[in-house]
Amino acid sequence: MSPSGSSTQGIPAYADTPLRQKVLRRIRSRPTTRGAAILLGGFVLLALLAPFIAPQNPHDLASLSVMDNRLAPGTGGMTGMVYWLGTDAQGRDMLSAILYGLRTSLLVGLSSTAGALAIGVAAGLVAAQLGGAVDAAIMRVVDFMLGFPSILVALVLLASIGRGVDKVIIAIILVQWAQYARLMRASALVERRKEYIEAAINFGLPTRHIMLAHLLPNSIGSVLVVSTISIAGAITLEATLSFLGVGVPVTQPSLGLLIANGFEFLLSGEYWIAVFPGIALVLLIMSLNVVGDRLRRSFNVRA
Amino acid sequence: MTAYVLQRLIQSVLVLLAVSVVVFFAVYGIGDPIELLVPPQVSAAERAALVRRLGLDLPVWQQYFTFMGNALKGDLGRSFVHGVPAIELILARLPATFELVLLAMSLAAAVGVPLGLLAGLDPESRPARLIMGGTVLGYSLPSFWKGMMLILLFGVALGWLPTAGRGEMVSVLGFQTSLLTVDGLRHLLLPALNLAIPNMALMIRLVAAGTTEAMTQDYVKYARAKGVRRKRIVGRHVLRNILIPVVTVVGIEFGSLVAFSTITETVFAWPGMGKLLIDSIYHLDRPVVVAYVLLATLLFVLVNFLVDILYAALDPRVKLTGEMA
Repeated sequence: MSPSGSSTQGIPAYADTPLRQKVLRRIRSRPTTRGAAILLGGFVLLALLAPFIAPQNPHDLASLSVMDNRLAPGTGGMTGMVYWLGTDAQGRDMLSAILYGLRTSLLVGLSSTAGALAIGVAAGLVAAQLGGAVDAAIMRVVDFMLGFPSILVALVLLASIGRGVDKVIIAIILVQWAQYARLMRASALVERRKEYIEAAINFGLPTRHIMLAHLLPNSIGSVLVVSTISIAGAITLEATLSFLGVGVPVTQPSLGLLIANGFEFLLSGEYWIAVFPGIALVLLIMSLNVVGDRLRRSFNVRA
Repeated sequence: MTAYVLQRLIQSVLVLLAVSVVVFFAVYGIGDPIELLVPPQVSAAERAALVRRLGLDLPVWQQYFTFMGNALKGDLGRSFVHGVPAIELILARLPATFELVLLAMSLAAAVGVPLGLLAGLDPESRPARLIMGGTVLGYSLPSFWKGMMLILLFGVALGWLPTAGRGEMVSVLGFQTSLLTVDGLRHLLLPALNLAIPNMALMIRLVAAGTTEAMTQDYVKYARAKGVRRKRIVGRHVLRNILIPVVTVVGIEFGSLVAFSTITETVFAWPGMGKLLIDSIYHLDRPVVVAYVLLATLLFVLVNFLVDILYAALDPRVKLTGEMA
């Protein structure tokens, strides 16, 4: 925030600088990261404003004209509207579809990460605090969960409960909570050995108070940093599941489902139906990765 | 060592049992396959007969015990859709997936190790940065998207390679393989490359990190002081020492390659196990889904087991801990 926040590599980390400013400075300090952060902010804004800025409501069948199906980018349709990114097989404007798809993708990515974070942090905190048999039981389950490729677990789960935005979120929470639990436990175990916790115990503070008021806020940092990258993972997983046909329903297409819809037209040269949502997805994932990776490095967190 | 092996074996069996319970109840708990299998005009009596024949009228736990009893005899149920044993159906698709995974793994190692060495020997150079930047793309982009871009580039735009199916096959020892015909290899190249890319990236990173670290070690300094040529230092001393993590990754990733081949096989219409899983999910063909997951789990458990033993064979220090456990 200060004028000295230039693009130098060394970031002065004064202990009294507010955390928010430190984070901002770390993101701003490199051009790539800055670009990625701006891009990411743009995506979130576009997703939030989609209903107001999209040229067309892609979910409103009445506003679609089937006559305008599979038009190339930049062509004008029957209604006089110009489709800058072309149309799909239903005559849907791809630009509008992408803006709405961005909404679904971000919704799933953010809420599943939040859910997985809540469960994982709680489990890791309890394991670290209580130790013994509880710790062993929780960590055994965590090891078990992490032993399988997430795509396979989510695929089989969704195969049995069916598709739907809420169900995809549940499936992603199920495959992602374990990594947060492991991280949180490790982080909380380190914190627990510090003197202020010992002091709190000697004061006779109740265990729950120590866990929630001292251990949680002081050990959650690294988990939050890692979760930034995990949002990209959640979005990728959702896109993959939707591409395979077990993800979000056709009535609420995410970027992954839009790509899947365009796949069959790829070979006949109508590339835009799949490629433009794909570019949006790739840019979204890359920007999350770059920002997340920068945060992870500057806070020196090992994933 | 025997105690260690035994302990690992018991663990593995427990994992398999746990997976069988979880998967069986997850897959059998919801969705009624009868609705899909029986045409609407069939009479109620015929319908009930089919339900009885498939054992769907029994309580779920009883279905599980029947299933496990049969599973121990090597019978994982009959496919609702195809009417043949599920395990037969999967094993028939195994060679297609296996040759895909095999080629992908070889590609990943053949490209990953040299590029990793190159990047690790001079980490600050421009090519090294380029390679490391590429690895981020390699494993963060969704696999299905990379596959589609490969199709678009090599199949549609350039027209060099076919993009679907296995192509011409020859029979070797009773298995159909695409590895031995030119047409088959052409069909195999794109899906194998797509499957290989994330592993290539992983291998480059591992080898690069290992190389950078190894170059600072005393044995490298000693060899250099002795006047050994750089080529020989890298090829003979460094490469050997960084191969252990590479072998581990090859082993562990073998399992996840089989899982991820589901996506690649769908994109490239490759008739392997993964495509079968997806098709079975669409058709609510539960026995095939359950059998697939159990076989995949068996594979993971087995591969991890073998990697541990191989690890012990490659690194003499590991054996000690093995005996103590």
